[in-house]
Amino acid sequence: MRGFIVLLQKEFLQIRRNPFLPKLIIAFPIMIMLIMPLIMTMDVRNVNVAVVDLDRSTTSRRIVSHIEASEYLSLVGTTSEYSVAMEGLEQGDIDVIVQIPDDFERDMAVSSPQKISIIANAVNATKGSMGTQYIVQTIARSLMEIRGERSPNEQSELITVQNRFNPTLNYRHYMIPALMIILFILICGFLPALSIVGEKESGTIEQINVTPVSRLTFTLAKLIPYWIIGMFVLTVAMIVARLVYGLTPVGSIGVIYFGAMLFILTISGFSLTIANFSETMQQTMFVMFFFVMIFMLMSGLLTPIDSMPDWAQKFTVILPPRYFIEILRSVYLKGTTLAELWSNFAALGVFALIFNILAAITYKKQA
Amino acid sequence: MSDIVISVRELTKCFGDFAAVDHISFDVRRGEIFGFLGANGAGKTTAMRMLCGLSYPTSGSGTVAGFDITKEGEQIKRHIGYMSQRFSLYNDLTVWENINLFAGIYGLSKADTESRATELLERLNFTSERNTLVGSLPLGWKQKLSFAIATIHRPEVVFLDEPTGGVDPITRRQFWEMIYEAADGGTTIFVTTHYMDEAEYCSRVSIMVDGKVCALDTPARLKQQFAAESMDEVFRTLARGAQRGE
Repeated sequence: MRGFIVLLQKEFLQIRRNPFLPKLIIAFPIMIMLIMPLIMTMDVRNVNVAVVDLDRSTTSRRIVSHIEASEYLSLVGTTSEYSVAMEGLEQGDIDVIVQIPDDFERDMAVSSPQKISIIANAVNATKGSMGTQYIVQTIARSLMEIRGERSPNEQSELITVQNRFNPTLNYRHYMIPALMIILFILICGFLPALSIVGEKESGTIEQINVTPVSRLTFTLAKLIPYWIIGMFVLTVAMIVARLVYGLTPVGSIGVIYFGAMLFILTISGFSLTIANFSETMQQTMFVMFFFVMIFMLMSGLLTPIDSMPDWAQKFTVILPPRYFIEILRSVYLKGTTLAELWSNFAALGVFALIFNILAAITYKKQA
Repeated sequence: MSDIVISVRELTKCFGDFAAVDHISFDVRRGEIFGFLGANGAGKTTAMRMLCGLSYPTSGSGTVAGFDITKEGEQIKRHIGYMSQRFSLYNDLTVWENINLFAGIYGLSKADTESRATELLERLNFTSERNTLVGSLPLGWKQKLSFAIATIHRPEVVFLDEPTGGVDPITRRQFWEMIYEAADGGTTIFVTTHYMDEAEYCSRVSIMVDGKVCALDTPARLKQQFAAESMDEVFRTLARGAQRGE
């Protein structure tokens, strides 16, 4: 037991004496949580629209003014020359062209008019498709208004949409839990591995290996400091999310901490296992990056798992962050309880156990 | 307790086709200072690592402090001290913190650690450096501290791998005084060195060439056997036959 305590003390002393680590552990979560939610947004704003108005009627002007008023769209100008607008699109000044055909208003009154055409620059696929959607909605609203004025009894909206749990469709609220997980992966996933490989490089691990310290004791002493650091990081991240973005968990904070405890154990155990197979820092970093890329891109942190190809969806079953992101998002946004999420917790618990046993087994004192 | 502390029979370690240690056999008696000589690459460190339970032998057998080196590595580790070729205390911990760490790992109680550390620091004239970071100590001091920490738990055997490499003559002298002191206390010393004057201090010396033990006896008898003036000559006569380069 004393062996364990002195080893734990040693780890804390080393972290504290490191000229860089304590600063990193404090600054990193604050920076990431302050800045990244602003950047990692898929909300499309400032879609530049040009209107080719061949109709020049009240209806067309109504559409133009609606586009102008939209917070997502910005009107670059109206023209009567399609070629002028197309030039702008090619140069990248314009994202979407709306062409209102000749006699649109007149035709609308009597029969089905010629269609309004929308031409979008889809090089940036998200901006192209989202921009088009916004315009379709805006135009539909204008036309609905006009129709409603003409025959008031038809003035009822055809569809209503209600977004539950994230009512404002705030992309940040969706991303903040993902950012927290990225923080855990970067801090609690990389640091333990680097600490072990650092000892291999400096030769100190050999002095440990020649003592009777058990593999489990040594592994736990490496693990626990990062576990505590992970809890600290979570706390900082939650405070920033609350103060800066007004995001508080709907569900229980206890459930979040419990999930984080299991997830950090998992990711640290994983990291120690990688370190046991590596001889140098470069090797560790490269192997870690390989897996971290998979974790970040395939676990549903940034893109929904449901829209992945079938084989990829099946593959996500073995990715620990997948379970934790579900826990974090549903507790934060929906207030889901521990009982409803039990299968996710069970999965994380199993991963934590597997990786830490693996870390203790693959640590070889005698080669 | 038996008189033989280390006993090795036909010990071999291969890395692929290369036999780093090639069927070596020898015994080391309790309280001996056993000099383990050999040119660079002769296989000294590899052999020593097997004896310390850091590396598994490819074939052959051996016991250290009565425990089997293949099966009871962790038992052996309770009874030995080891000082590697590379300085391997924690540079970012202080002298006291390093002592406390290793004493704690070997299971010494807090009170025992405190009393032994105080005694040890006094003996080394290190009392004023108690709270100095080890990384800022000069090499000679570091080596003396390493030795003191390797023997903090009063092991039966201490393995020293080139402990005085790069150390000045005065510190080297002091270092050997510490070795003698430990040997007088009944600790067996197993030491590798490239300094032939140090070889003269040993009770018995073995010389390894190309993974094999070529000679093993007291320095006096080895000199007689090879009709040499000094251990230096004995070593050069034997090492000249080496096939392996550095």
